[in-house]
This record gives sequence, C-alpha cells and structure tokens, in this order.
Amino acid sequence: MTAIIKTDVLIVGAGPVGLFAVFELGLFDMKCHLIDILDRPGGQCAELYPEKPIYDIPGWPSISAQGLVDKLLEQIAPFKPEFTYNRMVSGLERLEDGSFRVTTDENEVFEAKIVVIAAGGGSFQPKRPPIPGIEPYEGKSVFYSVRRMEDFRGHDLVIVGGGDSALDWTLNLQPVAKSVTLVHRRPEFRAAPDSVNKMYAMQEMKQLEFQVGQVTGLTGADGQLASAIIKGPEGDIEVPCTRMLPFFGLTMKLGPIAEWGLNLHENLIPVDTEKFQTSVPGIFAVGDINWYPGKLKLILSGFHEVALMAQAAKRIVSPGERIVFQYTTSSTSLQKKLGVVD
Amino acid sequence: MTKLTFIAHDGTRFDVDAENGSTVMENAIRNAVPGIEAECGGACACATCHVYVDEAWTAEVGEPEAMEEDMLDFAYDVQPNSRLSCQIKVRDALDGLVVRVPARQG
Repeated sequence: MTAIIKTDVLIVGAGPVGLFAVFELGLFDMKCHLIDILDRPGGQCAELYPEKPIYDIPGWPSISAQGLVDKLLEQIAPFKPEFTYNRMVSGLERLEDGSFRVTTDENEVFEAKIVVIAAGGGSFQPKRPPIPGIEPYEGKSVFYSVRRMEDFRGHDLVIVGGGDSALDWTLNLQPVAKSVTLVHRRPEFRAAPDSVNKMYAMQEMKQLEFQVGQVTGLTGADGQLASAIIKGPEGDIEVPCTRMLPFFGLTMKLGPIAEWGLNLHENLIPVDTEKFQTSVPGIFAVGDINWYPGKLKLILSGFHEVALMAQAAKRIVSPGERIVFQYTTSSTSLQKKLGVVD
Repeated sequence: MTKLTFIAHDGTRFDVDAENGSTVMENAIRNAVPGIEAECGGACACATCHVYVDEAWTAEVGEPEAMEEDMLDFAYDVQPNSRLSCQIKVRDALDGLVVRVPARQG
C-alpha cells in the first residue's frame, strides 16, 4: 500500500475558487492539498478560456483568466499548498475519528480532517466524438488516450481531430502502427505548425494518409473495429481501421463524487449559506459545483463562499479554539502568515 | 427589434424578436429553443450552440473566424453553412434571419 498523504484540508479541484480556499484556510493555519484532473492549476480558466478577459473580478477592470490564476497562485504561495495533478478522486470513507480517507483513480490515499469540493462543472474527461454507434467500441478498439504505444502496434489506426493531441499521436504512432490515417474536417489545424508540417512531409513520402472529412460511421463486430466511413469532399470513403483515437476535446462530468452519499440537486451539491457545508458534516462544497437558493455561478461568489467555509472548517479542525476575526490590513499575526512582516 | 427564426430539428418554428447587439445563441436560450445547449455560456469554448444558417443568409451572416472554426471541429455533422450561434451578433441587416438546429449537439 502506498504511503498515506495526510493534510488538514483536501480540496478537490484547483480552479480559481479551490485556489482561493487555500488563502482563507491558510489564514486560519490549515494546511491544504489540492487534487485536480488537469495537469496544471486553473480549472476552466486555464483549460477553456485562458486568454479571455474577465470583467467582474472586484478591483480588476479586466484580467485574463490565466492572469487571474497566476495572481491567485502568487497570493496563496505563502501557505505552501501541495498539488496532485492528473488525478480524479474516486472513493471516500469516514474514519472513526471523524476525518476522511479519499482515494484517487491511481490509488493514492489521502487523509484529511476536512474535504472541500471545488470541482466546478465536474472533472474534465475526453469528449465522445459525434460518431453514431461508437459506444460498443470504446475501451476495446476506440481509445481516448494512449496509455501504451504497444497497444497500437500492427494496427490500422485512424486518428480523428486537428489539435495537438491528434497531430502528436499521428507522428508518434506512425512508426508503430501498420497504417495511420489522420482525419480532420478541414485542412487547417489547431495544432502546432511544426507538427502539421511534419505530418504533411510524411504524407508526401506516403508514410501516412491525411483525409479531409468527418467520420460518419463505423463497421465491425464485438467491439472490434474493421473500418471507418469518412464523409469527405468527394463523398463517402471507407478506410480500414482496427484502432481509432478520436481527440474531440474535453467535457465536464461530476464523476465519482456523485457516489459519495451527498445529497444532490441536478448534479449540483446543495449547501447551507452560512458554512457552505454539504449534507455530510466536514464536507464542504464551494464554487460552481454547489447549489443554494439564489446561487450565481460567478468566481466572485465562490470567493465569498470560501471565506465563510474557512470559519466553519476551523471549528472542526480546532474544536474549542476561539476564532478571532481579523483584517489582513492590520493584523500582525495574519501578516506574519503571509510573510509580509518578520 | 430584429426578427429571427429558429427551426428546431423536429421542424417546429420559433419566431422571436431579438435585440441588436445580442447573440443569436442568447435569443435561442431566452426563448427556450430546443437543441441549443450553450454549455459554456457564450465563450466560444464548446460547440453546443451549433446551427445551420439558411442558404439565403450565409453571405450576410458571414464566415466563422479562426477560433470559431477550431470549435466547430468538435461539432456534429458540420456543413459549409455551420456556425456557432454565440458568435453571430444580431443587427438590422439580419432581420428575417433563419437558422436550423442540428439533430444533436456533439
């Protein structure tokens, strides 16, 4: 069994609200560990619209989504949060002392006194492409990621998409697969120009095929693909295909949190508006994932929520301790925690 | 006010009055046109407000910009007259615009 990672507060989701929770909890001396399915902090801000300006962050007439994430990381740095990326939380159990044991899809084990769910719209997962009848092939001959390149050796591989994942795997799997056909609906790509040039060069040398079009159908049996039907500019063509890798971006799903025994309201987690606590004491939900009467899915609402949540969390982590309300502008003890005074 | 018509996949017509400067997507959501999901809220960050612009209107509506084309890569059955409705701004010249909702969004 792997070593158990112990922390005061486990935060599920490293989007803007999860990040700011570190700050509010940190002011009360609670140590935080964040888990995120993405490979970096920022959540939707980083993944969906990093360059878009946000206009309703108080004090910032305009700030890019990535800019906000960068500023939040700078703001919480004094509290030395720990991050675990590329992981989805899976199991949750309550221990005898009232703390929680949380496991991930890669079997890491965390123990925390408090769990804060800041999972936004849910965890990012590969989007199922709009190809009718694809479901029976998923996990057998259609894959949304490459775990082992060997799984593609000797196969007629069709890769669908025009982003970096599609182009990178086209280039990387070409020496391994029996044949590689890249399918994209237009000759322009979102991928890095260098990869696109390499792909065209390999097509020139007949090492791979690039087909403009959209996959409209699949043939095969028992989960094993035989061919893909591609609707191109000159009509339908059938391409031999025993493995397919579609790259259609990411979508958000609540995932295993739905099985944690919390009350749910249309895939959102109801909380009270004093503590932002769920139906299970010690588990809080903040940001876009929670629901209460009048809820607005705004980053600024999430910031307010974590400030109140931190007060309630402190009462659980340090029972009996008096909570003193202080301002960062005037409190020497808070300023010491922030590292701005000696 | 500018008149817009949405034709849902089952053929139901929705004739709506739209304010200039609003997006075609916003008007679909306001008028509960079925089949327009607009998951990302209009940030051009998903492809779930995909519509087909009526052939008579494609020239006036214009071509998608590069970022919208990138997003259309994720849509279902993309046609030459495909657009993301969050990226079409309502203006006087679009009075009478007709758009069709595809069978599915992704």
